[in-house]
Amino acid sequence: MQAPKWLNIERRPIPSGRTIFAVSILAIVAALIVMGIFFATYGVSPIRAYGSIIGGALGNWSGFSETLRRMIPLLLCGVGLTIAFRALFWNIGADGQLLLGAVAATGIALFSGLPGPLLLPAMFFGGFAAGALWGVIPAVLKVKLGINDVITTLMMNYIALYVVLWLIHGPWRGPSMRGYAYTDMFPLSARIPTIGQSHVHWPTLVLGIVLAIIAYIFVNRTRSGFETRVVGENPHAARFAGISTLKTVVIAMLISGGLAGIAGVGEVAGVHYQLLDPTQISMGYGFTAIIVAWLARKNPLAVIVTSFFFGVLMAGGDVIKVNLGLPYELINVFNGVIMFFLIGSEVFMNYKISIRRH
Amino acid sequence: MIELRGIVKRFPGVVASNGVNLTVHKGEIHCLLGENGAGKTTLMRILYGLYQPDEGEILLNGKPIRISSPRAALSYHIGMVHQHFRLVPTLSVAENMVLGLDEGTGPFLNYRQTYKKISQIAEKYGLIVDPRARVWQLTVGQQQRVEILKALYRAADVLIMDEPTSVLTPQEVGQLFSTLRTLVDDGLTIIFITHKLDEVMEISDRVTVLRKGKAIATVNTPETNKAQLAELMVGREVVFRMEKNEVKRGERMLVVDNLHALNDRGLPALRGTSFDLYEGEILGVAGVSGNGQRELVEVLTGLRHATRGRVTLEGKEMTNRSAREIVDMGVAHVPMERKTMGTVPNMTIRENLILKSYRQRPFSHGMFLDNKAAEENARRLMNEYQIMAPSIDTTVKVLSGGNIQRVVLAREFSGDPRLIIAAHPTYGLDVGATEQVREILLAQRDRGAGVLLISEDLEEVMTMSDRIMVIFSGEVMGIVDAEGAKIEEIGLMMAGERKQGVESASTEVA
Amino acid sequence: MGWESWVISTLARALAYGTPLLLGTLGEIYAERSGVLNLGIEGMMIVGAYAAFVVTYKTGQPWLGVLVAAVVGGVFSLIHAFASITLKANQVVSGLALTMLGLGLAGVLGRPWVGLPLFTPFNRITVPILSAIPIIGPGLFTRQCILAYIAMLLVPIMWYILFHTRIGITIRAVGDDPATADSVGINVARVRYLCVIVGGIFAGIAGAYLSIFYRPAWTAGMTGGIGWIVIALTIFAFWNPVYGLVGSYFFAALYFLAYRMQNLMAPSILKAMPYVFAILILILVSRGTLQKRMGAPRALTLPYTRGEE
Repeated sequence: MQAPKWLNIERRPIPSGRTIFAVSILAIVAALIVMGIFFATYGVSPIRAYGSIIGGALGNWSGFSETLRRMIPLLLCGVGLTIAFRALFWNIGADGQLLLGAVAATGIALFSGLPGPLLLPAMFFGGFAAGALWGVIPAVLKVKLGINDVITTLMMNYIALYVVLWLIHGPWRGPSMRGYAYTDMFPLSARIPTIGQSHVHWPTLVLGIVLAIIAYIFVNRTRSGFETRVVGENPHAARFAGISTLKTVVIAMLISGGLAGIAGVGEVAGVHYQLLDPTQISMGYGFTAIIVAWLARKNPLAVIVTSFFFGVLMAGGDVIKVNLGLPYELINVFNGVIMFFLIGSEVFMNYKISIRRH
Repeated sequence: MIELRGIVKRFPGVVASNGVNLTVHKGEIHCLLGENGAGKTTLMRILYGLYQPDEGEILLNGKPIRISSPRAALSYHIGMVHQHFRLVPTLSVAENMVLGLDEGTGPFLNYRQTYKKISQIAEKYGLIVDPRARVWQLTVGQQQRVEILKALYRAADVLIMDEPTSVLTPQEVGQLFSTLRTLVDDGLTIIFITHKLDEVMEISDRVTVLRKGKAIATVNTPETNKAQLAELMVGREVVFRMEKNEVKRGERMLVVDNLHALNDRGLPALRGTSFDLYEGEILGVAGVSGNGQRELVEVLTGLRHATRGRVTLEGKEMTNRSAREIVDMGVAHVPMERKTMGTVPNMTIRENLILKSYRQRPFSHGMFLDNKAAEENARRLMNEYQIMAPSIDTTVKVLSGGNIQRVVLAREFSGDPRLIIAAHPTYGLDVGATEQVREILLAQRDRGAGVLLISEDLEEVMTMSDRIMVIFSGEVMGIVDAEGAKIEEIGLMMAGERKQGVESASTEVA
Repeated sequence: MGWESWVISTLARALAYGTPLLLGTLGEIYAERSGVLNLGIEGMMIVGAYAAFVVTYKTGQPWLGVLVAAVVGGVFSLIHAFASITLKANQVVSGLALTMLGLGLAGVLGRPWVGLPLFTPFNRITVPILSAIPIIGPGLFTRQCILAYIAMLLVPIMWYILFHTRIGITIRAVGDDPATADSVGINVARVRYLCVIVGGIFAGIAGAYLSIFYRPAWTAGMTGGIGWIVIALTIFAFWNPVYGLVGSYFFAALYFLAYRMQNLMAPSILKAMPYVFAILILILVSRGTLQKRMGAPRALTLPYTRGEE
């Protein structure tokens, strides 16, 4: 054992649900404390900082609506990632899949010529298909050729980013945008309804919650879900049982990429009403969604809670940026710290740690 | 002289060593005899510094020493030849020699000196290998030589050998034994772990019998006999023969004709294997491991592509069907790797029991699973196969080896398969579980299933089978009736000697 | 413009842009050879870039900046080492977390420094004699950074250490078969820690190169995805420093050519090309048995616990 002599680390057979929950909460609390110290060294009282985050993100409607708006793409991407991770596929490319979804939605909104009532359904369908396609390519490359999924999904993020840049600078640049790199605004029939004046495009939110429930049923109650879990837990056993890894991983990535694509539809059709700079569309949702899915312990239903939590953090991050003059990058620090505490906490779930007395 | 006093080692849930005393004299070959799980390997891993004992002490020439790591063990000139070789396959023989050593040249290597030293040792003890070869390119027998060489290169004068013969042909065993005798004549001490009585009688000066983590007795080999040792080892009289019912051999069911396949390295592993299997018979496959057994099993179960040849089951084409199609044809497979292949350790017993049948009724309706049916199935099979576990929702990971194998057997046999392919079904199991597994297999045969039994345990093959087939280098050396089969004859075939009248399949290729 | 000037500028830019790629790749090769995948390159690079800029700005000493960047990169990598080696956490997640943390920290801490000009960047050096060689001279030996040549010199050294010394045998054994390494008394955890730290140091220096030579100023996110390219380069270098050099310069040349040919094709499409090529190259080398032979560490991403093989 490589741990210090006074530490005793033993494998714990199976962590109970309660252990998992308690350890996760503890990890978040520890991360909040560390961030508190960080705030303090920055000259801001941690209580005040957390006060403004919570107050700003939950205390009034405009803050709360901002929280919900951030939650929507995190929820959709996060649910998809739980499925990909179940199949042991490292989808780091939700950002790119989201962008492709946005591209497809934009294309349909502006150029399809479909009659109004058909427009939104077509956009959702097209966004799903585009995201799914972007997700399936690395899935096939991994299963067929053994190419590392982390690398390909990452690379495809960049390709998606440049595809969007090319479109908004070139063929899709809006004639009415006076030379700026945006597309034209979507027609009204291609905009997702929102609650009042806010950016909460509620149909997407409802869709996300419904999909989370369906994903939960998929994982636990269907043949395909069973196959996904077997492939993810033990690929050799999957082969042995005659389960096709290719089919299973492709289905998982169809879902994962497709849901990220829907998130992209939501962003362009529910918030911006146009295709614009990729960093404005996604703002790292795909990466944050990895933490969302991980914190949910790959349980699609729990993603509803964890995506809301990160929605609060992102909305709160905006508030402290404005109110306390703190840089927005703090959110990245926050994410990094939480992620470390989260994976660090897994050692407490999977191993029983005690101090050796001699 | 090495002395172990009152060694206790506990693992979660088991006491692997329970107050063991052992004295090994200089210059002797000392056998540690015991069944799988008796605590032989644990004890030796303690002596080699891989585990720390919870209680007890180790004395070297009367002085207490603490062996904190393998490196410390080597500093006391204690070396170990592991059952699963401790060689880095991607490194060369010479690189494996110097791995982890400090030879006074800092980070730099002096290959000339290394090669010289290797060839000196090699010539002295008859352990010839090419020092430049990569380990993965060597045969198993050669790799074992490298392992011994490695210990000697590190100036070991006590050599712990952990079941060294399990991977060798009878002929290679003879060669190994003569090497060991040369070493002892040279003043080295050898601790030889085994569960085979013949070997104890042949090679050792003294023998210590371990049972359930305790040293039961130490005796001088010339003063004992196999029956006494066996009784000490098992704690009761041992029945060496299984009771087999007389079953009339049925129709020919499996026909394997001139099968060819490649191994993972892309080299020919099966080279024209042909045989038939009948209903209601067990065809045992004997052979030194690595002679195509794995590939044969994989081709027959759809996990590996056959490059040539034909397989039919009851007249139906089975060649290069997918694993799924073969599962659905009613072929059961008890794989060698029951933890890494036969089960999904992190999933529950209930789920593991439907690993193959989940897609059929009653376990699924359309795209949905029927958890009720899976539960019922699990309750019934746990009862029928005596799977000991707290509940059907226990993860398989926490079960003992025997119980994991019961889960596998329960699942594979619950659909009354026509053909059963069982690879090393009792490997690593305790006596009770072994007996039960063998009985289950015999019951399947009595029911009329055809059983292909692959095992490295020659005794198992000889007691269980109706006919014995020996393969060597991917070819069938001969098939004999188990009744009246002679172990010498089988040993010769395992070493590549063809039974009279058996033609080489590879020569008829043109 | 004649073809000479195309070749010269391509060579010059390949060397200039390839240097941080090469430095990062060399470090990642060592980490992965020991069995630890570190996706935190981007994060380690950016904290290195930040540290180097601040130190150089304050002291006027670029070398001190490089040194501090190396130390900071090494220390920063310890977080990943601790998580993935000691705590046996998932290496993919831990590496991503390191990148987020690095980008975040450097962004927050670096805010006051945005837009300040660096008065004492590394000098551009022109190598005497060699720079007189036609084409190659102006391409590779004129107005470059000393770090570019140091990186190049490090390639044979790192290669020799990895394949022809005791240290290299130890590292490869730990990355391929940690149980065996353990059995001969090698401290697997220590070797992995050291290799991850080497990776951090190299990434830190790569960051320094960016902030005190390549673009002597501080901007948040100035590493611009180089860390991710390094991850890809490490794979198609087959974990070999020599191929790492080839890959880095090739990739950098590609990047430059994409930029130069923008009147033929939209720049966004050209900028995406290196990533497309990265995937295509991975597809090409995945075919055949090449991959198995060329040394993917068998224990990559697998934590090691004694007695649990």
